[in-house]
Amino acid sequence: MRTRSAPYLLIAPAMLLLIAFGVLPIMVAVVVSLTDMNLAGLGDWSRIEFIGVANYTQLFADPAFWQALWNTGIFAILGVPAVVVLSLIVALLLNRSQNRFFRALRSFYFLPAITAIVAISLVWGYLYNTQFGLFNYLLSLIGIPPVQWLSDPVMVKFSLVLVAVWRGTGLNIIIFLAALQSVPKEYLEAASLDGAGSMRTTVSVVIPLLRFAIFFVTITTIIAWLQFFDEPFVLTKGGPLGASTSVSLFLYQTGFSSSQFGYAAAGSVVLFVIIAVVTVIQLRGRKADVDY
Amino acid sequence: MSITDLRQPLALDPELPATPPPRRPRHGSVPRSARTTTIIVGVALTVGAAITALPFFWMVFSSVKPRSESVAYPPALLPREPTFEFYVQLFQELDFGRYVLNTLAIVLISMIGLLLMAMAGYGFAKFTFRGREPLFFLVLITMMIPVQVTMIPTYLILNGMKLTNTLIGIALPTLVSGFSIFLFRQFMSTIPTEILEAARIDGASEMRIFLRIVLPMSRPIMAVQIVLTFIAGWNSFLWPLILANDERLYTLSVGVSLLNQQIATNPSLQMAAATLMVVPILIVFVIFQRSVVQGFALSGLK
Repeated sequence: MRTRSAPYLLIAPAMLLLIAFGVLPIMVAVVVSLTDMNLAGLGDWSRIEFIGVANYTQLFADPAFWQALWNTGIFAILGVPAVVVLSLIVALLLNRSQNRFFRALRSFYFLPAITAIVAISLVWGYLYNTQFGLFNYLLSLIGIPPVQWLSDPVMVKFSLVLVAVWRGTGLNIIIFLAALQSVPKEYLEAASLDGAGSMRTTVSVVIPLLRFAIFFVTITTIIAWLQFFDEPFVLTKGGPLGASTSVSLFLYQTGFSSSQFGYAAAGSVVLFVIIAVVTVIQLRGRKADVDY
Repeated sequence: MSITDLRQPLALDPELPATPPPRRPRHGSVPRSARTTTIIVGVALTVGAAITALPFFWMVFSSVKPRSESVAYPPALLPREPTFEFYVQLFQELDFGRYVLNTLAIVLISMIGLLLMAMAGYGFAKFTFRGREPLFFLVLITMMIPVQVTMIPTYLILNGMKLTNTLIGIALPTLVSGFSIFLFRQFMSTIPTEILEAARIDGASEMRIFLRIVLPMSRPIMAVQIVLTFIAGWNSFLWPLILANDERLYTLSVGVSLLNQQIATNPSLQMAAATLMVVPILIVFVIFQRSVVQGFALSGLK
């Protein structure tokens, strides 16, 4: 391997895979979204017809798609602030001491993030069960009547968000803790010399220094919630009556349960545009921010 | 007051030896109020940790409850007559042994992807070549594209390649990720170029330099990535679900998700399956926790 060609040989395998499964699919999605591809077309490409933007017009007239968009919006509005605030608070508290006990506690908060969502959803489904679940029993102890966690169209959104917040904080706590480690010690010492209490130091010195981490966590959390899939897939299948169907679940159902690939591809393109717009708006907002 | 103002007193220290500035409280002499706050914070965090861990405890204890106890009301945390019959049932009647093997095969295949990503990270970190900037930009862009957007076209591509219903097809879409390449590049930029140059002058081939110098020096980031790849492969759900029509190719997560249909009938069996999936990950994570956290710090997320 000569030095001149070495870099290309080093990056080629990974880049080819990345292009094949990261970039090419976007283009395929755009092309397929303009066709009527379905199960018949999958086996025999000659049966696919170009139908222009018909999928898109149908999509925007589809109440199920609007319901999925609306649900996803509600999930994000409930979930994003909860995840960001909760993980920041826990990270700040965990960072208060570096002793063994605090270090051991960290693991507990990380664990939900790394465990299989499928397995975890079963566990939550059991806890939410209305006949013999733990949650309704605990509520009954303080005199609250049983809650229809997964079968009430309003409650189901909160129930799913609770599972996802429980799961979503761990990774963000790691990111915040890593960022907290890089806060220069001199700043904290200086603040304590000036007589600032720990609350004051946190608000006036530490949190401003965490600006980039908070921005990063917010942006990745929003994107994650726009992709919300596993929890409704396992716990509710999108029900009752589509009340917990996210956009991703809608795409999965139209694509793989009813094999309308063209129609689902159009939905994918719309989701991609939404995510791209959200990202660009946030990056713009970030630019206006002071450098760090 | 800005942060630069706050630095002033420290900068003056060496010039004022006669009047030492107030000392930072040492470990042994923490003011009582600060220690009380730490204890309160510790208690609050312990309560939070207990609540966070509750579903795990519930899962493990329920997995050894006989069926009558698992659907009893009021529910109890601890089983009265523990039994392992549901674990036996998973392996004897439900073919979970095969699912475990398939899952391990996926994990092994994804380790090959890890090597490819390490190579790419090294290429981007230590070589200048035409097209480096746009190609790396492409890597960053792919981090933004969600799997649900590419799910249907990727399925069509794999179907076109006749790779549906194969373990290779299941592993391929997630074999490389932009984020991991990015992490490798960040870390490998810190390897001194002189060492590589010296090896080149000694006549070492580029592949030899990568395998004998770069990889050993990248051990910390490699450890993190192996753990993360193991976790991701073990938990992988969407691709096995989409691509495996044949039950013999199901992974653990697909097998577990099928048990959901029995939600009202047999919670203990479900909890046994969930425990089987979750406990190995918990063990791996507890052992490697420190290097995972360091890895995020290394990635430049500051």
